[in-house]
Amino acid sequence: MKAPWRDMGLRDSEYERICELLGREPTWTELGMFAVLWSEHCAYKHSRPVLKLFPTEGPRVLLGPGENAGVVDIGEKVAVAFRIESHNHPIFVEPYQGAATGVGGIVRDILALGARPVALLDSLRFGPLSDDRSRYIFGGVVSGISGYGNCLGIPTVGGETFFHEAYRQNPLCNVMCVGLVPRDRIRRGVAAGVGNSVMLIGAPTGRDGIHGATFASEELGEDSESRRPSVQVGNPFLEKLLIEACLELTEADAVVGIQDMGAAGITSSCAETAARAGTGVEIDVERVPLRERGMTPYEIMLSESQERMLVIVKRGREDEVRRICDKWGIACAVIGRVTDDGIFRVREGDQVVAEVPARALTASAPVYEPPAEEMPEAIRAREADLSGLPRPEDYTAVLRRLLSSPNLAAKRWVWRQYDFQVRTSTVLAPGADAAVIRVPSTRKALALATDANGRYCYLRPRRGGAIAVAEAARNVVVVGAEPIAITNCLNFGNPERPGVMFQFRECVRGMAEACRALGTPVTGGNVSFYNETAGQNIFPTPTVGMLGLVEDLDHVTRPGFVSPGDWVILLGRNTEEIGASEYLKVVHALDAGEVPALDLELEVRVQRLCLEVIRAGLVRSAHDVSDGGLAVTLAECAFASPGLGCRVSLGEELPPEALFFGEAQSRIVVTASPEAAREILDLARRRGVPASLIGEVTEGELSLSAGDAVIEARVEELRELWEEGLSWALS
Amino acid sequence: MRFAVVVFPGSNCDVDCYRALADVMGQEADYVWHRETDLSRYDCVVLPGGFSYGDYLRAGAIAGQSPVMEAVRKFAARGGLVLGICNGFQILLEAGLLPGAMRRNESLRFECGDVYLRVERETPFTHSLGEGDVLRLPIAHAEGNYFIEPEGLEDLEAHDQIVFRYCDSRGRITPAANPNGSVANVAGVCNRRGNVLGMMPHPERYVEAVLGGEDGRLLFGSAISFLRGEERP
Repeated sequence: MKAPWRDMGLRDSEYERICELLGREPTWTELGMFAVLWSEHCAYKHSRPVLKLFPTEGPRVLLGPGENAGVVDIGEKVAVAFRIESHNHPIFVEPYQGAATGVGGIVRDILALGARPVALLDSLRFGPLSDDRSRYIFGGVVSGISGYGNCLGIPTVGGETFFHEAYRQNPLCNVMCVGLVPRDRIRRGVAAGVGNSVMLIGAPTGRDGIHGATFASEELGEDSESRRPSVQVGNPFLEKLLIEACLELTEADAVVGIQDMGAAGITSSCAETAARAGTGVEIDVERVPLRERGMTPYEIMLSESQERMLVIVKRGREDEVRRICDKWGIACAVIGRVTDDGIFRVREGDQVVAEVPARALTASAPVYEPPAEEMPEAIRAREADLSGLPRPEDYTAVLRRLLSSPNLAAKRWVWRQYDFQVRTSTVLAPGADAAVIRVPSTRKALALATDANGRYCYLRPRRGGAIAVAEAARNVVVVGAEPIAITNCLNFGNPERPGVMFQFRECVRGMAEACRALGTPVTGGNVSFYNETAGQNIFPTPTVGMLGLVEDLDHVTRPGFVSPGDWVILLGRNTEEIGASEYLKVVHALDAGEVPALDLELEVRVQRLCLEVIRAGLVRSAHDVSDGGLAVTLAECAFASPGLGCRVSLGEELPPEALFFGEAQSRIVVTASPEAAREILDLARRRGVPASLIGEVTEGELSLSAGDAVIEARVEELRELWEEGLSWALS
Repeated sequence: MRFAVVVFPGSNCDVDCYRALADVMGQEADYVWHRETDLSRYDCVVLPGGFSYGDYLRAGAIAGQSPVMEAVRKFAARGGLVLGICNGFQILLEAGLLPGAMRRNESLRFECGDVYLRVERETPFTHSLGEGDVLRLPIAHAEGNYFIEPEGLEDLEAHDQIVFRYCDSRGRITPAANPNGSVANVAGVCNRRGNVLGMMPHPERYVEAVLGGEDGRLLFGSAISFLRGEERP
């Protein structure tokens, strides 16, 4: 065979580098091991220099990027482990299993820290629902998440779902998992202690998912159907047993290190644990429990069979691990030991089939910094002249259309399929700006949100990246939490294209700026490149997973109106911005115009004030203004409270469509009793935050006016459109 | 009172039941492993929700055959209180301790959300409630579509074994209030003696206002009151 490395996704120059590192040509097994660990998915070849832009440190950060997940301190001896990861390519080929194993993989990352997984969120992107295949993928993904996550007993508490042509050939599935761990029990994936045993626990190894990481690092093509064998099949029952067994193991002093086995299976987990500890590892593939006969060392090393973990155990104390695994009915086997030579050695009985410096696999992949240049079509779309667009004749009709459009309609059809209450910790369920999970034995709670806006990032990547962070932070602020850290999942097209590299670099730059301004360090995440099919790239979609901390459960605030007669206050300022909005998309079928400006300094002040007045007990409800603008926001506030509506008048002399549907940033709607509202307005003045009284909570009607333009409708009539919009689009 | 919370491989509401009983209701509670064969120390045995053995065969089918179920059978035969919630209900059906069977939800999807239940009769678990009372509790299941053939349903009704039916917020039994297609809106049934109850909704999830509701306390409180020998209110 000529240049077999090419079929495994390696470049000629990379093959040469491997030969240099080894001082010889690699064996077949070694070549496969390099191919997966040097894949873009595992090695971050195109992203590493750019990722350095992120701030990664802060007083709360206990473990940052490079670990299985980020870990932050929330006080009272409790730490939070959290991470988000993509499973994009698999869902295009096999939606149900692709999504299910996406959940399984991220859960094991959290487990590896010794943390109890307590919440899941999903950030999903699909093609339009008018498209048969997109509907099929959407339904399959939601039931895959439901089927796997529900069985584990981890509540799925939030996320987002968005539909757009840009994702037709390349849907996205990003799953975030959050875990809790006592501060002094945090575990790391280290193969420490020469002579200690390397044990494999969980599922036997089969032929599934071989070269999954390589698959994730390629563009999808016409023949993607034939990649079905690259998608793994999940067994959530086994994962549930694995969770319980691993949590018992983390309490056992016999265990030195735990590592999940995700992409590149045994190869990556052994190489990473050895590289982190500065040790070597020697294993024998004949000792690996197998699911099928006749597997070669190459297949065993590259299998991505799910529900497996690697455990490093003190020598002589393997029986303690066996006892726990027996109790939970899962298999375990000693497959090797920790050595002192820094080499990852693989034997098949007496024969050595691979012998590679562990760090050559994990830290010696080449880094690429390809040229970056903005796509001309994105510039054209941004600079499109929107001044000639006709003004709506009936603003109420526009609101009706927006509320029933799949992107703005209620997502109940999705989250009803998720068990969002198991573990009896869910204080705010899906449907609010952020989910809130209480922390047992404390008054504290975690606020969790994901956010990304692909259209913004396409039209103005740097600002779009910053807005993703700012909005995710706003989402946790309005429920009463302080934003403390983020994880992210960076979904982009082919980085070898200058236009995509530009989007990537600029998005990261914008996110980094917002993270610095908001004081939310990046604790880790994942990069997913090559989201391109047949030359069509997705919108750049950097998903932010935000972690907020509620200091006291009494601070938890909901979006819904509470009491007629309450005043409605807008924190922040309306503008005439209408570019890049859902309004333009739904009404004019445009992905165009300038992205709303983001003044980070103003954003921080608005958020701080909002949190201050919530903590002071002045606020009855709070809701972030985002997609669809102020009219949609106010309608949502009404939907959350049966029987209530509002009368709002917007005094600015600006185009009504901008006031109603524009997506100006840094705005929050709060309601309060008249006395408290006066205090809020007074505090806002003193803090230099723009704030205005725009109306009051009423019963039954939504009534908005901007000059002569009005929106008038019964809330119940709008609610039906909003509640049923997604189901109608599906049928 | 002393409660046993049975843990099968794949149970996932065991911790929630334990917390509701021990931390909220202030009772003694133990986790009991599925290999346990003696339950005589307990006043009440709870089979919690989850996906025992992954529910890969039929929901509850394998757990229904596990060693602890033989102990549950003996315990129930002596009049001990048994409460099966969600997967626990499915297990009681599979073990033959309650009549009927579960099918997949009519929607063919997992359904999570609040439902209203009308109390249809007195049992130890509805001891402090009145017939016609309406409770709001969450469901979370994919196989909660209760089925029994027409003769069986007549028999159930004749022996007053239907304990809860899905209803609207005002207690009316309507098709729209039925979340899963269950025959006759059945949400919970008991054995003839009334000491074994299976129900799809999750009372353990609504025992604190901060979690969205407290109606679940009324069920556990009823069982405690009954066990203490207190009069019905």
